[in-house]
Amino acid sequence: MDLTETTDEAAFRDEARAWLDANVPAAPLPSGDTREGFALHLEWERRLFEARWAVVSWPAAYGGRDASVWQWLAFEEEYYRAGAPQRVTQNGIFLLAPTLFAFGTQEQQDALLPRMASAQDLWCQGWSEPGAGSDLASLTSRALRDEAAGGWRLSGQKTWTTRGAFCTHIFGLFRSDPSSQRHHGLTYFLVPLDAPGVTVRGFARLDGDEGFAEVWFDDVFIPDSAVLGGVGEGWKVAMATTGSERGLSLRSPGRYTATVDRLLRLAASRDVDATVESRLAQAWMDAEAYRLFTLRQVSAEQAGRGRPGESSLNKLFWSELDIRLHELALDILGPEAELEGPWSKGFQFSLSGPIYAGTNEVQRNIVAERLLGLPRK
Amino acid sequence: MYFGLSDDALALREGLREVLSSACTPAVVRSAWDGDPCEPLWKTLGSFGLPGLLVPEDRGGLGLDELSFVAAVEEAGWHGVPGPLVETIVSAPLLDLPLDGSVRIAVARSSGPVPWAAVSTHVLDLRDEPALVDLSSVEVTAVPTVDRSRALGSISESPVGHAGASDRQLRDDHTTALALLELRATLGTAAFLLGLARRQLDLTVAYVKDRQQFGVPVGSFQAVKHPIANAVVDTEFAWPAVLRAAYSLSTNDPAAAMHVSMAKALASDAAYRMSRVCLQAHGAIGYTVEYDLHLFTKRTWALANDWDTAAEHRAAVARALLERTAS
Repeated sequence: MDLTETTDEAAFRDEARAWLDANVPAAPLPSGDTREGFALHLEWERRLFEARWAVVSWPAAYGGRDASVWQWLAFEEEYYRAGAPQRVTQNGIFLLAPTLFAFGTQEQQDALLPRMASAQDLWCQGWSEPGAGSDLASLTSRALRDEAAGGWRLSGQKTWTTRGAFCTHIFGLFRSDPSSQRHHGLTYFLVPLDAPGVTVRGFARLDGDEGFAEVWFDDVFIPDSAVLGGVGEGWKVAMATTGSERGLSLRSPGRYTATVDRLLRLAASRDVDATVESRLAQAWMDAEAYRLFTLRQVSAEQAGRGRPGESSLNKLFWSELDIRLHELALDILGPEAELEGPWSKGFQFSLSGPIYAGTNEVQRNIVAERLLGLPRK
Repeated sequence: MYFGLSDDALALREGLREVLSSACTPAVVRSAWDGDPCEPLWKTLGSFGLPGLLVPEDRGGLGLDELSFVAAVEEAGWHGVPGPLVETIVSAPLLDLPLDGSVRIAVARSSGPVPWAAVSTHVLDLRDEPALVDLSSVEVTAVPTVDRSRALGSISESPVGHAGASDRQLRDDHTTALALLELRATLGTAAFLLGLARRQLDLTVAYVKDRQQFGVPVGSFQAVKHPIANAVVDTEFAWPAVLRAAYSLSTNDPAAAMHVSMAKALASDAAYRMSRVCLQAHGAIGYTVEYDLHLFTKRTWALANDWDTAAEHRAAVARALLERTAS
């Protein structure tokens, strides 16, 4: 056990902190899940990219800093501590990019990664369909082979697509083998949303922001080069992304330790009783436990001792934790809790945590079946 | 950065696992329920070096740190080792007593009956002026308890055998040493609790895979899977807190006491919740003293509140946080 940062790690953290302190907007930006807020967030994303803080763990050739996972964790901690804006590029950078690095051709990586890092291409995720949520393998959007044109024709509908109305591209799963069942015969496609035949309709989430979209595909032609990871390999490729989404890369511990710091400052400005103090202590311990768990997890993975299904433990913990932190804030606010504000907003967003990235019911199945070996049937 | 047990600590745990698999079977734990001090088991623990784990090598101990301590004690928890193992290990550095397993040291902290006193050879009495009591010289009355292996005992007044002369640091400035003893004991209890939780989980996983109802294993039902998964989340996130607290003690981190409180609060709650879920998942088969589960469940209940409850430790963390926020 050694929790001391190396000189490199400490220097990296200091550089990140100094840049963030000098550059994070003094007043919080409006929500990135609204049209005007999204545009302001894009400006921020481009500043991050110019200073090479947008994709720190990526290779320098694509705009990153080749940061180790420890450096990345330090960056995230500093990012949230500084109160920097939400990352509206996250579904590309944290979900698609790891998949591109693992399965993309050199041409795909060279063409897509720099534009993603610089927030020129904005990616959303096209998995869920009206009839396929937790049961993703029941999806019916299809890809028909167009041999003459050298590509595919996509039809169907995706929904609950986060920031779909503001993005430029979508990555998604389509059934490319019409005779296939379940997770066989699916292909992972990369689709520009301005392709003829694509229709996008934004709609409001629980908090009223236009953060969701429905995306219709009506005989949309895309070339073979838009296939990521091989025809019929879609399920395997997609599952590589779910690990990123559920685990560490989407929800780093810095996010929650920073929320607890804000919570402690809120409590310090009010009269709180012993019950609230006890809940504050629990909140601090839980956020700290998540941080320690991730340190243990990264160390174990680096030592070749990772376990199947572990990212589901992360997802269950951070999603429930986020709700508890916001519930406590609202209880401290009392009658002010119903006012529109960062805590009421954050509370509503936290309620989506146990639903997106695979519902927590699905995660519990994964823990029980993969980690503990309980029977599926 | 490396967060986790060293290869040496992992090897120590493996070695202990092998030894305890034969030396501390459920039958041995059951014998402790009948008042047996389990001397052969303790001899084995002595040969392994466990009582002297934290004692410097030049005094005949293993000279290991708190990380090895929690690794070993968690494993001991899985086996449900009876007797004052944690208390003996943390007291040994302060005393000049044999480390061969012939000595079992209970610790008295409150006015009530003393845990393990009825199966111990000594009591380190921290209630007034710290003193070591040789239990062969006083009368110990066993007190009935839910986990009968806990062997709580009332010690007669005015013990004749206050053997202050035989101790090492109790003579000198012992405030720091005793504070460290309490932190280590609290941490060790947290680790032991997570070992107990892991044992209950193992029993439960094996059981629900095997037990058939409605023509299928009950472990295939989500109503059974999900509470177990939730309990696993709790224990999985408590264990790193135990490791962190051990690291903080071994590196003299000024926040070590807060980290120990966090570890015990999380471990007490996690182990207790695991015990609830495991009993429920077993159905009526777990609700009997004939099945082994209760040996580990009842120890969990006892230790969850021993060395202070989760609520007390949460309050300690709250105090530390408020001080930190104020400064």
